[in-house]
Amino acid sequence: MRRLLSYPIASIGALLCLLIVAGAVLAPWIAPYDPLEQNIIERLSPPSAEFLFGTDNYGRDVLSRLLWGARISLVVAVSSIAAAILVGGAIGMVAGYVGGRTDLVVMQVMDVLLSFPSLILGLIVVALLGPDIGNLVFAIALTAVAPFARIARAPVLSLKERAYVEAGRSLGFSHTRILFVHILPNILSEVLVMGSLWMATAVRTEASLSFIGLGVSPPTPTWGGMMRDGFENILDAWWLSVFPGVAILLLVLGLNMVGDGLRDATDPKLTQ
Amino acid sequence: MILEVERLTKHFTQTRGFPRTVTTTVRAVDGVTFHVAAGEAFGLVGESGCGKSTAARALMRLIEPDGGSVRFGGQDMRAARGAALTALRRRMQIVFQDPYSSLNPARTIGQTLAEPLRVHGLARGADALAQAGALLEEVGLPAAAASRHPHAFSGGQRQRIGIARALALRPELVVADEPVSALDVSVQAQVLMLLKDLQARRGLAFVFVSHDLAVVRWFCSRVAVMYLGRIVEQGPVAEVFARPRHPYTRMLRDASPVPDPTRRGVLPRVVGEIPSAANPPTGCHFHPRCDRATEQCRVEYPGWTIDGAGGVACHHPLS
Repeated sequence: MRRLLSYPIASIGALLCLLIVAGAVLAPWIAPYDPLEQNIIERLSPPSAEFLFGTDNYGRDVLSRLLWGARISLVVAVSSIAAAILVGGAIGMVAGYVGGRTDLVVMQVMDVLLSFPSLILGLIVVALLGPDIGNLVFAIALTAVAPFARIARAPVLSLKERAYVEAGRSLGFSHTRILFVHILPNILSEVLVMGSLWMATAVRTEASLSFIGLGVSPPTPTWGGMMRDGFENILDAWWLSVFPGVAILLLVLGLNMVGDGLRDATDPKLTQ
Repeated sequence: MILEVERLTKHFTQTRGFPRTVTTTVRAVDGVTFHVAAGEAFGLVGESGCGKSTAARALMRLIEPDGGSVRFGGQDMRAARGAALTALRRRMQIVFQDPYSSLNPARTIGQTLAEPLRVHGLARGADALAQAGALLEEVGLPAAAASRHPHAFSGGQRQRIGIARALALRPELVVADEPVSALDVSVQAQVLMLLKDLQARRGLAFVFVSHDLAVVRWFCSRVAVMYLGRIVEQGPVAEVFARPRHPYTRMLRDASPVPDPTRRGVLPRVVGEIPSAANPPTGCHFHPRCDRATEQCRVEYPGWTIDGAGGVACHHPLS
């Protein structure tokens, strides 16, 4: 962790993420207005001292909606990637360790999943199951399972040939013990680096799906949904799309910077 | 005899090509037979790729053999399943060639040494750690080394730790797969002394796999010479190297330098390359490199001739 923060890029990224997380967590206290409260008189008012980021079509405060919307973005990104790491990581590790025909079949299935662009796959799932936050998490997790299976399998293939794994077998350790006690800790850093980078993709996918109306249903504020609302009034009210756009940009940028930093910090070639 | 290996076989097959597939079979270990007595150091020598490491792993079932039988302490190693196999494995352990990949970099030395004790229910908690410390001291390292990670140690020290791990379950036989060939010469001697010392102190039997004849000569009492997956000569070390009967053994011996200035300058020519085990020569595998080869050698693989305490597989053994 300390090594991670010695990379300036990673520190800036971590700071960005932290600010957004803080905003999301503290939304009920720091949001100046109720994100759902409509105020038709003040509709489409530009940024001002009263409404820092302006108001939308229904006169709702954009800043308040951004802060509340961050919660959805973060919850969806974190839970979908956590699910993808658990499921995909387990699939990849077991496939790589068992090898042979199992490996072949499992990885072919993963390749099929991988061949769908993530947005299309998400679209299919949400269109089939209906727009709802649980389905959104499921859809994004599904698109990320295959990459995590790949990223977990590759190092297992080389680690299982290590003499210490063979030593474990001769010492009578079970396969479960070898896989989880001896192999897992050695692939964790690679998977976590991937996780932070994919978190950024998940934020984008969530925003994209919400933008085309397949995310969380209105009136719940989400960043993608807010961009779509703004898109309808893009010529009269730039602030509606620009602020959520910048928010997405900053979060994705922050996550990518943390991911790059993590990769450098855990790369044994750079540390030894 | 603590270990009886009979006609042990391991073939690797590889199918490649499309649409017409070609299957090649590599006879890595092809009917290897040898016995090791309790407390005895038995050497397995040969050039790279002759199948000596595969034979060592197959007899422990770290690689599943295809044929033959392995009896350990009178019990059938190949028929053992589940708990019986675990119990047999406990009695034979392995020391690896590469001291760098043989230790898990994410675990402390103490964890590495205490884990087998815990898994087999031999010791737990503080007792396991105390035993780990005792093992470290037995291999000549301070007990305090237990709290450190492998990267803090040199190759020779790591090899000592690997030996300590192999000793943790109090085995009766240790398979040493080129245990010193990755180490500096000065460290090699120390590690060999340690192994010799352990052999005497714990009454350990060894299957000692090596390509270094000098090391085998010093460490082992009996030796088998392997060529392309088969044993070509076997016998007491002093006899095999002093009076080799197989031309291949003589070639190996002559290629191994002797530190004696009066015998300088008569390095013999090593003829030919080792052929591929996927496509071994007909008849005696060694005939293309052999100066004594006759028509018979080209056609017929020589049978095993028992000769004193050893034996040889050659149509025209040296006398």
